[in-house]
Formats: sequence, C-alpha cells, structure tokens
Amino acid sequence: MSAPPVEPADTHLASEPAAALRTAWRVGTVVEARPETSSARRLVIDVPDWPGNDAGQHLDVRLTAPDGYQAQRSYSIASSGTGTRIELAVDELPDGEVSPFLVEDVMVGDKLELHGPLGGYFIWMPQADTHDPRPVQLIAGGSGVVPFLAMVRAHAEAADPTPFRLLYAVRQPDDVFYRQELTQLAANGLQLDFVYSRTAPHDWPVPAGRITKDALAGFAIPASEKPRVFICGSTGFVELVAGWLIELGHGAGDIRTERFGGK
Amino acid sequence: MSFVTRGFSGRNRERDPRLPPGQTKVEDWPVLSAGPTPKIDTADWSFTVTTETGAQTHWSWDELRALGIEDITTDIHCVTHWSKLEMPWRGVPIDKILADIPTKAKYVMAHSYGGYTTNVPLDELLNGQAWVAFEAEGAPLDPEHGGPARLLVPHLYFWKSAKWVNGLTLMDGNDPGFWEQAGYNLHGDPWKEERYW
Repeated sequence: MSAPPVEPADTHLASEPAAALRTAWRVGTVVEARPETSSARRLVIDVPDWPGNDAGQHLDVRLTAPDGYQAQRSYSIASSGTGTRIELAVDELPDGEVSPFLVEDVMVGDKLELHGPLGGYFIWMPQADTHDPRPVQLIAGGSGVVPFLAMVRAHAEAADPTPFRLLYAVRQPDDVFYRQELTQLAANGLQLDFVYSRTAPHDWPVPAGRITKDALAGFAIPASEKPRVFICGSTGFVELVAGWLIELGHGAGDIRTERFGGK
Repeated sequence: MSFVTRGFSGRNRERDPRLPPGQTKVEDWPVLSAGPTPKIDTADWSFTVTTETGAQTHWSWDELRALGIEDITTDIHCVTHWSKLEMPWRGVPIDKILADIPTKAKYVMAHSYGGYTTNVPLDELLNGQAWVAFEAEGAPLDPEHGGPARLLVPHLYFWKSAKWVNGLTLMDGNDPGFWEQAGYNLHGDPWKEERYW
C-alpha cells in the first residue's frame, strides 16, 4: 500500500477500552433487502450498537456455518452518520462465497455479524469540519460507486458548499447502482457524468467504449482547480484513471484510491 | 462458536491449515494502495537507513542488490482477507542491510516513495524474517505490486510489506505508520487476527 503523507489531524490512536469498543463484532438484523441491479442487492441492516461512521468507510462481514466454518469479506458502506441503520450494496461475484450469499440467500430478519466501521483514509467529511474548500471529484468504476453514495448523500444532507462531481463508469445502463437517487442528487447540485463501456443508452451522444484519457479530461474537475480526487473500482480501472490524472497534472497527494480484485 | 449465520454453509469448504483465521486463498494477486502508483526508475532509486542518532547510509539499486539476493518461498496474508500461498520471491535480507549499522533501536519505520510509512519491531525484521524484494513469481515486481522494490515481511499482514520502499528509520519508540494511524493494528500478526485497533 502507498499513500501521500498522512495528515495527523485526521487520525488518532485509541486507548484500549475504545479499541475494544470499536473493533467488536456486532450483530445486525437485515431490515430491508431489494435488488439493486440484475447482479447486485441493496441491504439495510440495523445494528443497535453501531457507533456511526464517516462517509467512505467500510466494514467486514463474517458468515458462520453450523460447524463453525467462517468466511469474511470487506464491503464499503453506502450510508454514513450517527444512525444505527447501515446500507450496503453488494455485487455478486461469479466465484464468490460471501457475495452470492448476501445477494441471493440472506432474507429480511436474518442476523449478520459485522465488524466496523473501518478505514480512516478513504473518507469525506463536510467542509464545516475540515475547512477544506477544494472541490471534490469522485470517480467510480462499477460497484466502486458504493462509498461515493455515502459521500454524495452526506454532502447533500449537510448542504455542503463544496463543489462535488461524480464520474461513474459502468458497462451498461442496467448496471447503474442507485440510479434514481443519483438522478435526484444531480438535479440538486451534484455534477454527474456517465461513461458506458459496453452498451450506452440509445439516445447517448457518444458510442459505448472504455474510458479514455480524453474523456477523463473532459469529465473530471481540472487539475488547475486543485480538486481532491477519490477513485474506487477494479485494480485495472483505478490504475488507468489514477495514472492519467497524474499525467493531467493532478498531484499524487490529492488522489485517494480504493481498489478491488487482482490482475 | 455461538453465532451461526442462517442459511450459510460455505462454498470453499476445504480449510487449508496454512490459512490464518478469516483468510481466503486466492490465485490472483489483489492490489491495495491508498493512492496512485508511483513510477520509479531503478536508475534514480536509492535506499536509505537512518539510525536513531540520525546517521544515514545510502545504497543505489546495484549496491543494494550486491549485498546478496536470496530466494524465498512464502505465504502472504492481506488484512482484507485474502492469502496467497507458496509464493516465490527474491530479495535482499534486512539482516544484510543492517549488518554493519550500530543501533540500540527497538522499532523501525519503513518509508516509501509516495510518502507511505509503516512501523515494525526491529527484531521482526531480522533473522531471516524480512527482505527488500525485487521479484515475485519469477518476474520483476510490477509497479502496482510495489516495484521496483518493496519490503517483504510475510509473517505480518501485508500492509507491513511496504510497497515502493526506499528506506528504514530506526526508532527507540513504536510510532504508528500510515495505516496504523488510520485504524490498523500496530503489530499485525495474521495468526492472532491483529487487523485493527
């Protein structure tokens, strides 16, 4: 892992009791489960002792079979704030073990073990807390949009004055997560752009195709405005986009990344 | 085991004893980095050890490799729940890098191109436990996997194996590095599941 220098003000070390509180396995109850796309599902989980989470954080899910066999995976959280209801949007991986269970098998009323919130770096906090007026550019590849849902929701909820732009790359229109909500947010100040790699909507002005450096330059806040950039997606997507942003003049220290999958 | 997840039986039932708790075996090699991948030319690369008194020793790419490269076969374990087993690596042992450096320090901060840091107890870098690695799976390390050189400390979670490593600073006290300040465990033993604080 690598990163630009840490800003110590962002972080602190917990004492032992706080550590125990923070890292306990918590039990949540699934209170809502509905299809998000043909391969993904949105889950709302009520966790009575959830301590709240920042926008962009993730959690671990642990599944336990009757004989004690366990499987754990990390998922970004689509919600943030002080509430005890957290939202996940899970894309099913064809050879997966935990995601097929969460997408196909789990039912409302089921209990799940969760660990979190986790991660203190890939997060966005309102300008009222950070006093950082720089615009924010979010760049999502596929299900990498989930932590950004937490961010754009928190941004809207706080009526935050920071300019926000989301570039969302998907294979086809049916793969878009949270379409309705994103459309509403786009009508209320979020600048929202799509790149379709396989199939574009029939009235789309450009043919479908993989994202290019030119498209990125056109859709991303220019380096001259010194945006803070967050990128989340597959390893290949993040490598490509982050590399182009550096070539377009963005500072490495202004770009935060989260990746999934191998190469 | 008091908690059972209704309806879950598990797909990858065979439990490899080489896998620490909470880990799943992968065949590919996932990438986790907090920022963009730096591109570093080995002609410009250098490695610096700084002692607790501030004394520095520098090596160029060729000088460091000339200390003696070893072949290592090891399992690696990422805090994000994947493990890769029996991976072949090549690198220079930290024992050789620190051999002639006088120190009473107990801890080390590894530094990387791009600003990443991670802390490791000194005695866990010595005695054949850690390397500066240049190759994995028979090829030079790809930049996204930390090339041209990364720290290799396979007995700890892999965020301790700093990508793009360019130096070690010997410290009297145990200061937290980058991920350690962002919520990860100060030590990171996968067999004890020391993931977070």
